[in-house]
Amino acid sequence: MSNPILETRSLTKIYGKNIIFKDINLKVNEGETIVIIGPSGTGKSTLLRCINLLTSNEGGQVFLDGKEITAKGYNQDEVRQHIGMVFQNFLLFNHLTALDNVMIGLLKVKKMPKAQARQKAMEELKRVGLEDRADHYPGQLSGGQQQRVAIARALAMDPSVMLFDEPTSALDPELIGEVLGVMAQLARDRMTMLVVTHEMGFAREVADRIVFMEKGSVVEEGSPDDLFYHPKHDRTREFLWKITELYGKKEKKRVQKNDRLF
Amino acid sequence: MTAFFEFFVRFLPDMLKGAGVTVLLTAEGLAAGFVLGLLASLARTYGNKFWRGVAVSYIELFRGTPLLMQLFLIYYGLPGLGVTFSRELSAFLALGLNSGAYQAEYLRGSILAIGDGQMMAGRSIGMSRIKTIWHIILPQALRLAIPAWSNEPVSLLKSTAVVFLIAVPELMAKAKSIAAQTYDPIGTYLAVALVYLAMVYLLDAVLRWIERATRIPGFEMEGRKA
Repeated sequence: MSNPILETRSLTKIYGKNIIFKDINLKVNEGETIVIIGPSGTGKSTLLRCINLLTSNEGGQVFLDGKEITAKGYNQDEVRQHIGMVFQNFLLFNHLTALDNVMIGLLKVKKMPKAQARQKAMEELKRVGLEDRADHYPGQLSGGQQQRVAIARALAMDPSVMLFDEPTSALDPELIGEVLGVMAQLARDRMTMLVVTHEMGFAREVADRIVFMEKGSVVEEGSPDDLFYHPKHDRTREFLWKITELYGKKEKKRVQKNDRLF
Repeated sequence: MTAFFEFFVRFLPDMLKGAGVTVLLTAEGLAAGFVLGLLASLARTYGNKFWRGVAVSYIELFRGTPLLMQLFLIYYGLPGLGVTFSRELSAFLALGLNSGAYQAEYLRGSILAIGDGQMMAGRSIGMSRIKTIWHIILPQALRLAIPAWSNEPVSLLKSTAVVFLIAVPELMAKAKSIAAQTYDPIGTYLAVALVYLAMVYLLDAVLRWIERATRIPGFEMEGRKA
C-alpha cells in the first residue's frame, strides 16, 4: 500500500495576494480512487491543474512515480503524457471526430503508427461505450458522450494517474449517470484516480479515501465511512449535511433509474 | 446600349489582360499577407514581450497609414536609401505588408475566440505549445476566421487599383489608357466597373465554397434557419 504514484508535499498556490491553497500534502497510491470534496472556491480545481503543471506553483513539490516533476528543467510536456486530465467542460477538440480526438495524442505525441493508433483509440472508445460514435464530431454528441470521449482521450495515453475536475458539473442530470458509470468501472479496474466532485453518491460508493478541503487547506481525510458517519470536524459534518440536502434528492432519482451503476 | 456593348467587347481583351495582373497582384498580396498576418497574430497572442511589441508595431504601422503612402514610400522613398525595387515588386510588397496587418487582426480575433481551454486540453495530453497551436488551435481558428476574413480578399482586390499610380499595368491602368485613347471616360470606367464586379462576384463564390467545404459537422457557424 505504501507505494504512492502521486504525492504532493506542501504544495502552495498564490495569485497575487490571494492564497488559493497552502501546504497541501496528498498521497495517492497505485490503484486508489481519491475523491476531493469541498465548497466552491477552495482551490480544488487549481490543485489539479497545479499537479498537472498546467499552472505554476508558489511552493512545494509534486512527485510522480517517485520523481519530482516540479523540479526545475523537468520536461513538463513529457510528464503530462503520464497524467490524464478530464475537465469540467469536456474541452474536446471540436474540429476532430471522436476517434481523432482519442487518436491525436497517440499520433502527434507518442508518434504511434496510424493503424496502431486507430486500433488503440477504438479500444478506448469501446471502453467508454462509444465505439459506434467514432465518426461523430463533438458537436454531434451529447454532453455525457463528449465527456466519455474526453475520458477515452486521456486514457489512450496510458497515464499513471487520472485527474477528474468536476467531470459531471456541466452535465444535465440525466447524463451524469453514464459518466459516473464509466468512472466507477475505471475504479474497479484499479486505475489510479484523483477526482474533484460534488457527487456524494460516487464519493461514498467508489472512493477509497475522501479528502475534505476548505479555504485552501485539507480539513479532514479518511475513508467514506469515517467522513460520512464519523466526521471529526464540525465543518465536515456541516458541509456534508448541506451538500447531501442539496444534491441528495436528484441523486436518489438517478440511482433508482440507473441502479446497475451503484 | 448597343454602342456600349460594342465598346465593351472591343476593349474586353485589353481589360482582361489588366484584370489578369489585378488577380495576380491580389493572389500574391493575399498569400504574402496571410503568412505575415498569421505570424503577427501568433506573435501578438502567444509571443513574449519582444515579439508582441514587434507584432503590434507592424500591425499599427500598416493599418494606421494609407496604402498609397506605403506604396510610394517603397517605390519612391527606398531608392533614396539605396534600395530599389521594380514596380511589380514594390506593388507586391506594399499590398502584402498592408494586407498582412489586416489579416493579423482577423486571425487574432478568432484565435482568442478559440480560447485557453483548447490550449489546456492539448497540453494535458502532452502536446507542446507549438504542437497544440498547430494541430488544435489553428485548424479551428482559421475556420472561425473565414466569414470575417472573407472581407480581405475582396477589399484587397479593389485596393490593387492604387498601383496604377506607379504604372503597374493592371486593370485600372488599362482603364486609364483606354479612356485616353477613346475620349470616353464614362463608357470606359463603367466597363471596368463591370469587370471588377464580375471578379468580386466570382471571388465571393469561391470564398463561400471554402466556408462550406471546411465546415465542422455539428459545430455550426451559420445561423440556423428557423
